[in-house]
Amino acid sequence: MTSRVGIVSYGAYVPRFRIAPKEIGRVWGSDGEAMGKNLMIFSKSVPAPDEDVITISTEAAREMMQRVDVDPSRIGALYVGSESHPYAVKPSGTIVAEAIGAVPNLTIADLEFACKAGTAGIQMCMGLVASHMIDYGVAIGADTSQGAPGDPLEYSASAGGAAYLIGREKIIAYLNATYSFSTDTPDFWRREGQPYPSHGGRFTGEPAYFKHVQATAKGIMAKVGSQASDYQYAIFHQPNGKFPSRVAKMLGFTDEQIKTGLLTPRIGNTYSGAVPLGLAAVLDEAKPGDRILAVAYGSGAGGDGFDMTVTDEIEKVRGRSQMTMAKLLEKQEFLDYATYAKFRGKIRLKEGST
Amino acid sequence: MREVAIIGIGDTKFGELWDMSFRQIGIQAGLAAVHDAKLRAEDIDALYVGNMSAGRFIEQEHVAALIADYSGMARDFTPATRVEAAGASGGLALRQGYMAVASGMHDIVVVGGAEKMTDVPDGLSNDIQNSAADRQWECTFGATFPSLHAMIARRYMHQYGATREQIAQVAVKNHKHGSLNPKAQFQKEITLDTVLKAPMVAEPLGMFDCAPNSDGAAAVVLCSMEKARNYTDVPIKILASAQASDTLALHGRPDICTFRATQAAAQRAFKQARLEPKHIHLAEVHDNFTISELLAVEDLGFFAKGSGGKATADGQTLIGGQVAVNTSGGLKARGDPIGATGVAQVVELVTQLRGQAGKRQVADAKYGLAQNVGGTGGTVVVHILGVA
Repeated sequence: MTSRVGIVSYGAYVPRFRIAPKEIGRVWGSDGEAMGKNLMIFSKSVPAPDEDVITISTEAAREMMQRVDVDPSRIGALYVGSESHPYAVKPSGTIVAEAIGAVPNLTIADLEFACKAGTAGIQMCMGLVASHMIDYGVAIGADTSQGAPGDPLEYSASAGGAAYLIGREKIIAYLNATYSFSTDTPDFWRREGQPYPSHGGRFTGEPAYFKHVQATAKGIMAKVGSQASDYQYAIFHQPNGKFPSRVAKMLGFTDEQIKTGLLTPRIGNTYSGAVPLGLAAVLDEAKPGDRILAVAYGSGAGGDGFDMTVTDEIEKVRGRSQMTMAKLLEKQEFLDYATYAKFRGKIRLKEGST
Repeated sequence: MREVAIIGIGDTKFGELWDMSFRQIGIQAGLAAVHDAKLRAEDIDALYVGNMSAGRFIEQEHVAALIADYSGMARDFTPATRVEAAGASGGLALRQGYMAVASGMHDIVVVGGAEKMTDVPDGLSNDIQNSAADRQWECTFGATFPSLHAMIARRYMHQYGATREQIAQVAVKNHKHGSLNPKAQFQKEITLDTVLKAPMVAEPLGMFDCAPNSDGAAAVVLCSMEKARNYTDVPIKILASAQASDTLALHGRPDICTFRATQAAAQRAFKQARLEPKHIHLAEVHDNFTISELLAVEDLGFFAKGSGGKATADGQTLIGGQVAVNTSGGLKARGDPIGATGVAQVVELVTQLRGQAGKRQVADAKYGLAQNVGGTGGTVVVHILGVA
């Protein structure tokens, strides 16, 4: 016998540093402003030197816990989805679980599916919670994504993440249904030991992002029998501003429906953090009864779709966290490329120095 | 020598055909041509395939046998031959087929051209294309295929006072024609500003001055003229087939703004066809770069040396102009799957001469010319076609 599950709380975090496409283009001799306009990215977030997926996940998870009175020892699972885990071997999740006091009676795992590992974590928690194997599960999507210097990816790859507490009680948004669409489509990859990912250029578009996001959105909507106009909000994976805007139009959604959850124009592509952060922005302002569609995309490739309904409980968690998306977006400090390069570890230092 | 006619044509859409393999596109085009000619496999005496670099693009050599096998021709042990001359592979394959029929060796020959370019990363694709130039004396020292054409463009502007805008007009015109071709890779019109403001590739040539990487295939069926009417009411006659060579490297030439191989092949072709440039209604020329089309329309004799830019800017190469150039959209807009290009040019000429080109039809087209270039003019093949 399974029970109805949903989001009980959420927390978000985005580093305050930013860099503008124009500044990146200045260094590489390209028209950064035009590049940014083309990608619909006007600034991207940059992690500080002491920030990584673990600190970002911890910030988000702490905000998530602050919004509710849930005993952390009732958390039975914690998943951190990312493609920039600081360690190749050694979980990020254990540090985050320690930080929120959820240890030791829980299962922990780090997940990877390009940009959709965070939403994969939500699905895993849904199953465990619905089946009563656990009371609460935490799913986090966070990244400090990599873009090789001078590569088009450098204009978009940014940092941020969001955490979700999934449970059966005091639900702020019901997870009515989820649907995934997966194929082997190698549009973007990074092999063990490589510092920067490779991508298939335009192959990342039609046969990868658009095919999978459309199929996922259509799949979840068919599953629940909904249409675009049934939703107050829609969030699509956002590697840039252009792709989600285009796919929304293709699926019959309006700019009004996607604008709240479309954060890439201001913070860049946060990869595993992208849809979780967009959803956090929506939950910051959604009203009871609002219906939300979220479609994450991960290269390689697959989509995770969610159909959600906001409940009356939403009002109770608001105001308990200072870290709203509006605040996170507002708090920004622009860097020049040299400082950005230093922050991102792109400057080769003398051995032994920090 | 016997007269030779084209009795069937076929091609695929050109573009990034992610869902199709080399053999699929080759066979799609070949079968379309064979169906167009209403042939059976056993009617075909031989197959010629133009292909530049399947060995590097898809790591498959021996592609003529591959296509013979997958099209069913191998069942009848039909001979299949691959022809390679870089960008001129397709045109040269057609010339081999033409000679085989003209000589009386074969009655019916299928000529195909195919390339699958998008399975490799862009950098590798550029390197493969560089191998059409002189690897030892040009590319090893840093020259690339685009930069060699950029040098030609620079020199051309210096020598003839041509403007950047005039060169860019070639792309504007070919996109306009491409917008009328449902099989073109790019079916969107562009403005002069788009060309001028595009990201730089090799100064002065930007992104919109260069033909794209494409997947695609094209095929034609050749038949002796005496038997052609058994298959079609509208045979198109090959009035001339000519070929010429020049130095492989640009620096071996007295003047890099003239492709002497184009001039030589054109002279031979016009002599064989007993025609002059003024008689030609439409021409498919090898615009792998915008500057290449200006050289082509001059070296073929349509316009005086140095006046191609002005003629283009004045609209004389548009459909309805003095000579309609690249009505298909050319390599720039229709796409440039290297080995397929020379055959696709002839598919366009036949479509026009049959009066089946729809919105891009050149009125009363009787004579068409195709110029297919390998490398920076090391090989040039020219064919002239006419309504029989």
